Amino acid sequence: MLNNKLGKHTVIFNNKPEILGTGSVVGVKEGEGPLGKRFDVVLEDDTYNEKTWEKAEIKMLSEAILLSMKKAGKAEKEIDAIISGDLLNQLMSASFTARDFDVPFIGIYGACSTMTESMILGSVLVDGGYAENVVSAASSHFCTSERQFRNPLEHGNQRPPAAQWTATASGSVVIGRTNKPNIVLTCATLGKVVDPGITDAHQMGAAMAPAALDTIHTHLSDTNRDPGYYDLILTGDLGHIGKDILLDMSKNRGLDLEKVHMDCGVLLYDKDQDTHSGGSGCGCSASVFAGHIYREILEGKLKKVLLVSTGALLSTTSTLQGDSIPGIAHAIAIEVEGN
Amino acid sequence: MAKKKKQKEQERKEQAKAYEKYVKQFTPNPKYFSNAFKAFVVGGLICVIALYIQNLFMAQGMVKKDAATAVTVILVCSAQLLTGIGWFDSIARFAGAGVIVPITGFANSMVSPAMEFKKEGLVLGSGAKLFTLAGPVLVCGISVSVIIGIIHLLINKG
Repeated sequence: MLNNKLGKHTVIFNNKPEILGTGSVVGVKEGEGPLGKRFDVVLEDDTYNEKTWEKAEIKMLSEAILLSMKKAGKAEKEIDAIISGDLLNQLMSASFTARDFDVPFIGIYGACSTMTESMILGSVLVDGGYAENVVSAASSHFCTSERQFRNPLEHGNQRPPAAQWTATASGSVVIGRTNKPNIVLTCATLGKVVDPGITDAHQMGAAMAPAALDTIHTHLSDTNRDPGYYDLILTGDLGHIGKDILLDMSKNRGLDLEKVHMDCGVLLYDKDQDTHSGGSGCGCSASVFAGHIYREILEGKLKKVLLVSTGALLSTTSTLQGDSIPGIAHAIAIEVEGN
Repeated sequence: MAKKKKQKEQERKEQAKAYEKYVKQFTPNPKYFSNAFKAFVVGGLICVIALYIQNLFMAQGMVKKDAATAVTVILVCSAQLLTGIGWFDSIARFAGAGVIVPITGFANSMVSPAMEFKKEGLVLGSGAKLFTLAGPVLVCGISVSVIIGIIHLLINKG
C-alpha cells in the first residue's frame, strides 16, 4: 500500500497539491532589511496598534492568513483546515488566531521548522483527498519570544556573536488543487531529530546544521537527485554560522551545496542590522518563503526549490537543566509545473 | 545492559565535545579588548561623575556617608529613568559591563521586568516578576556574604 513513500523518509504527492496564494507580514526591522519590499505588509510599529506583543503577533498571523486566502481567491468556507504554529507556550498565537476563523484548526509545534511541517501536513491532506484547500502558516515575534525565552526587552546586555534575532514575521500559504497545476508541491522528506550535543542556547545554527544536512542528504538519496536538480535549497534559520557549518559538513559528506544553498536567516537581515548571526524563528522561513521566494517563483527566476525549515527543539527548562539542543529539519519540494 | 548504556552515553559526550570544538572555528570570538575598553571608559566616566556629584554635596556641607547615599540614589534613579525611556538597553549594548556591573545595572534589572510584565497585571505580573533577574543575584550575593562573614569571624577569633 505504501505507493506514496519513496526511500527512507520521503513522501510523494501524486495528485499535485499546489500553492494557490501566499501572505506575508513582517515587522519594522525585517522591513528595513534587504527583502523589505518583497513582503505583502511591513508594520510601521511592532505593536501593530495592539496592547500586548502577543496580540500583535496574533494580528500579524491573522493578516497573513487572510492575505493568502484573498490571493488564492478562496473564501473562509472553502478552507478545510488551518495548520499553523508558533514559538509561544501552548501555541498561543496560532490557537488564538484560529479562534477568529470558522475553520478546523490543527496546531503544531516544530520550533522554527514549523512552516515546512505545516506545508507537508497540508499537502498530505490535499493530496490524499482529505481536504480541498488548506492554510499552512507559521509566525514568530521578536518581543513575544524574547520575553518567553530570554530577558525583558529593556534589560541591558550584550548578545554573543553566535546569537540570532527572532524574526517578527508571519507567513501563510494556501494549498489546494486546480485543473491547471502551476506551482506544485511534489514531494517532502520528514526529518528526524538530530542532537549534536550543543548546550549553548545561543548556538542554534550549530545545533540545527546536522539535522538540516541529515534531511537534505536523505531527501537527495531517497529521490535519487543531485543538489543541482534544485535551483535553490533554502534552509530556514541556520544563520551565518550555521550556514558555514552546513556547507563544510556537506562537503565532507561528498555533497556540493555551495552553489544552490541559501538560508532565510541570512537573507532576512543586512549584516549592519546588528542581528549577529542572522534571523531565526518560525516566521523567518515562513515569511521569506511566502514573501520573497514565492515572488521569485512567480517571476520565473526559480523553478525548483527545496524548502528546508530548521528547528531547535529546546525549551527554557531543558536549557536550565543543562540538556543539549535537539535539532530538526523538514524538507518540501516546490516545483513549477511543465518544466 | 547498564554498562552498554553508560558506554553509549560516554560516546555521545565525546562526539558532542568534538562537535563543539569543530563549531568553534566557525564562531567569531566576542571582541574582548574593545568590549573591555568601552566598559572601562563608560564605567569610569560614571564613577567620575558620581564622585563629582558627591564632592558637590560635601561642599554644601553634607557628611561623606550621606553624600555617598545620595549619589547612589541618583545613579539608581537615572538608570531607572533611562530604562523607562528605552535608552538603557542601547547604552548597555555599547558599554556592556561598564553600566551593567555598577548599581545602574541592578536598577535596570528591576525596572525592565517590571515594565515587561505589567501587561500581566501589577501584582501577578510586575510584582511576581520584579526579582526574576535581580533575585538570583541577591540570593547568591547575600548567601556568600554571610559565609564570608562567618569565615572572617572564625579567623579573627582563632
